[in-house]
Amino acid sequence: MSAGDDKASLAEPGLGARMADGIRRFFDSDLWYSFTRSPVVVVSAVVTLIFVGSAVFAPLVAPYDPFDLAGIDLMDSEIPPVWTGGGDPRFLLGTDAQGRDMLSAVIYGARISLGVGFASVLFAMVLGVGLGLLAGYLGGTVDAVIMRIADVQLTFPAILIALLIDGLSRTVLPRDLHSDIWFYVLVLAIGLSFWVQYARTVRGSAMVERSKEYVQAARVIGIPPLLIMLRHVLPNVMGPVLVIATINLAIAVISEATLSFLGVGVPATSPSLGTLIRVGNDFLFSGSWWITIFPGAALALLVLAVNLLGDWLRDALNPKLR
Amino acid sequence: MIAFVVRRLLQSILVMLAVGFIAFSLFNYVGDPINNMVGQDTTLEQRQALRERLGLDDPFVVQYGRFLANAVQGDFGISYRHRRSVAELIAERAPATLELSLIAAALAFFIGVPMGVYTGLHRRGFLSQVFLTVSLIGISLPTFLIGILLILVFGVLAQDVNAAVGFTLVPQLPTFGRGDTVQLGWWSTGFLTKSGLLALILPSITLALFQMTLIMRLVRAEMLEVLRTDYIKFARARGLSNRAVNFGHALKNTLVPVITITGLQLGSIIAFALITEQVFQWPGMGLLFLQAITEVDIPVMAAYLMLVGFFFVIINLIVDLLYYVVDPRLRADKAVAAGHP
Amino acid sequence: MPFDHSNKALLRVDNLRIEIPGRRGTLVAVDDVSFHIGEGEVLGVVGESGAGKSLTGAAVIGLLEPPCRIAGGQIVFDGRRIDNLPYEKLRRIRGRHIGMVFQDPLTSLNPLYTVGRQLTETILTHTDMSEKGARKRAIELLQEVGIPAAERRVDQYPHEFSGGMRQRVVIALALCANPRLIIADEPTTALDVSIQAQIITLLKRLCREHGAAVMLVTHDMGVIAETADRVAVMYAGRIVEVGPVADVVLRARHPYTVGLMGSIPLVGHDVERLTQIDGAMPRLDAIPTGCAFNPRCPQAFARCRRERPELEPVGASEAACWLHGGAAERSGTDG
Repeated sequence: MSAGDDKASLAEPGLGARMADGIRRFFDSDLWYSFTRSPVVVVSAVVTLIFVGSAVFAPLVAPYDPFDLAGIDLMDSEIPPVWTGGGDPRFLLGTDAQGRDMLSAVIYGARISLGVGFASVLFAMVLGVGLGLLAGYLGGTVDAVIMRIADVQLTFPAILIALLIDGLSRTVLPRDLHSDIWFYVLVLAIGLSFWVQYARTVRGSAMVERSKEYVQAARVIGIPPLLIMLRHVLPNVMGPVLVIATINLAIAVISEATLSFLGVGVPATSPSLGTLIRVGNDFLFSGSWWITIFPGAALALLVLAVNLLGDWLRDALNPKLR
Repeated sequence: MIAFVVRRLLQSILVMLAVGFIAFSLFNYVGDPINNMVGQDTTLEQRQALRERLGLDDPFVVQYGRFLANAVQGDFGISYRHRRSVAELIAERAPATLELSLIAAALAFFIGVPMGVYTGLHRRGFLSQVFLTVSLIGISLPTFLIGILLILVFGVLAQDVNAAVGFTLVPQLPTFGRGDTVQLGWWSTGFLTKSGLLALILPSITLALFQMTLIMRLVRAEMLEVLRTDYIKFARARGLSNRAVNFGHALKNTLVPVITITGLQLGSIIAFALITEQVFQWPGMGLLFLQAITEVDIPVMAAYLMLVGFFFVIINLIVDLLYYVVDPRLRADKAVAAGHP
Repeated sequence: MPFDHSNKALLRVDNLRIEIPGRRGTLVAVDDVSFHIGEGEVLGVVGESGAGKSLTGAAVIGLLEPPCRIAGGQIVFDGRRIDNLPYEKLRRIRGRHIGMVFQDPLTSLNPLYTVGRQLTETILTHTDMSEKGARKRAIELLQEVGIPAAERRVDQYPHEFSGGMRQRVVIALALCANPRLIIADEPTTALDVSIQAQIITLLKRLCREHGAAVMLVTHDMGVIAETADRVAVMYAGRIVEVGPVADVVLRARHPYTVGLMGSIPLVGHDVERLTQIDGAMPRLDAIPTGCAFNPRCPQAFARCRRERPELEPVGASEAACWLHGGAAERSGTDG
């Protein structure tokens, strides 16, 4: 097998050819095969892409801009969806109590929800991988301290931690400051509950790598061993980290929605799906069910799709199940 | 064995101290306690006098110690908002949360575990696929959304549908509050009245669903792992009956590692209760805490944190001890030639 | 004795074919394998990893794991066909008539139950003894396999035993219902070299005493030479040579067997270097046409690449090689 390849690589194909080869190998791989075999997963991926796409391109996709106060007419308030009696073809999913188009509100809401979700996961990933690397490489007290903090944090339910951080920041910080940085506070609050999983995974791999020779060699040459280790540790942990990240994304979106529903998440000025649900909840009994149900359905669909993807990814990358 | 218990106890105390520290810092440093307690016309001298009386100028350690000493005795001060002893408030609301959590935990456990075992044993059966799909939905829907949906169906829709057909097609269940309660000493229970029991239905299902599906998936995953092990293969090779293999060997080995996580999950129900309490306006500790956050009622927040922290630490401790009791490998005083291949 | 198609053989495997359906097509892991084991006989099945020997053993006891499945041939035990039996009937044969010993004693025993509990459970499943009787028998078995202080140790957990001791317990478990055939799948591979000999001797002695036949699957030719009465050499899912152990070891016919023999260092014999067979066993999806060994065979010729050889009698054994047995037609005795 390998003898032939060595001789061929002496001819050094160009970058384009190598990329084409890489793409071809991907589509030939077990991963892609198992992906195409499962219609449910394909649908989930498509749904997720639709959500992400419309979130990124919201201004282009949404029929109206729900934040444009000039475009809202109070006379249009509480119009039901277009397929019920009393619907208006201008507003496919109806309007809310202020006359805002529900479809646009949901699209922009999903944008905020996904934005917070991705940011939290990214934050947690960077923090967790970083701390895990430190703990695994340095060992000793640093390792012990980091792991102890992790243990203590795990005894507490994440939602309470997030609630505390966000709720407190609301009251402790002056109002203007808070309205500017609520995003970062929220990302911090939610992201803090995820870092431990990444840290643990990376730490294990780091501990294996640190005793290898190339680390000593790097030290001799003068390159920071941590950087070198990163290059070797990352490929090993890429799979599990990806799986953790996907599952975390779903949880992050749910957490954000929950916090917003409880009133301590995304403010109503740029509402996420959770905020929309909270605001709409008051109208449930008075008959205008669509104000809360459509954001709810969108949330459920998004999380379901991400969960299915995460499940598939975990099974596909699990060497034991192959 | 003793060493293990002592070590875990020390760990728990450490965690409690940490939680207490956070609670205390909240207490003292978020806003000015004095300002929160008095009205606007209180003079500076009166404030200073109050400050001295409450010992707010004492060194940090002294205040922390005092806080802890009080906390251990159950004295958390006076609520800023309600002007009543925090301990009293909590005692009033705790039964509601605890009863709800208990029912939800029982639901999650006694439905989740059997479902997990079933879907583990019958991997490709139709019923298993149904269960798995339901579980996926259970994990994907945030608790509050489930609550809202249940309210929609059994509250709003039930009303309309039943009115339209003229009889009770869809049961109409209470969606608000706790129903009638009976006072037993300082504990108010909803178990003894019909309206109390009815009121428990929707909130407990809402609270239980997420944990139930989590437990089910956990048990299933572990079961599938166990069924692939060599000792199960060997048990089959020895001709043991399916019942012995699946329930005697596989089930026991599945439940042991699952106990820890299940215990912790069930414990976290107490914390998640606050979401359900908000949706159904259930008058429990969680709702109190939520209100305290928006009203910046620090004593209540601090007390809730300490209490929940305490619960969690206790549950963690119990689960660890349980694990120790159940898995003989942890009890080995000397690992006999564990290194010999 | 070569081909014994009389019904006196305890176990007869005829033209067994095991397939593994996969996404890129169906792989054939065991291809037209036939052999027999007589009462009380020790048959060694030797070959490299992946040659199909473990799968064959699993198929005999009916524990093939999906997606592997028996796609052809038959397995006859004590005159009755067993490969097509329903699960319940097969279960009654397992443990009672056919026992199995696995490779890794650490993972073969349930860590949560005492050794005694696992023994009595098996005894009670297959006999009518009382609980007390079963416990007594369990202690006897432990003593038989050489566990000291059996009365105390019967209530200990697997992790309290060393590796060698654990394998003894496993052997006790396999023997406790007095089966007539034991399939031992690499029983000593996971053990310390110093303990391997003890365990093999124990296994051989006990099986002799209980009158049980053994199908000893291993890649270790030395173990076979010491223990087996007859040996079957497997390569790429086929049997390439089978015969009495002395004949095969001292007068190997098939070039692959010759290579295997040459790779064993013999005490007292100085050799320049151990024979190494070039290349590796082919993957299941890349088995060559004709004789599967031909790419690595130093004596291959044209016919080897075209036609697949069948087992032909050569001396006291049989070999599937065009160097021997010559005739293009088989000798009419096929199962």
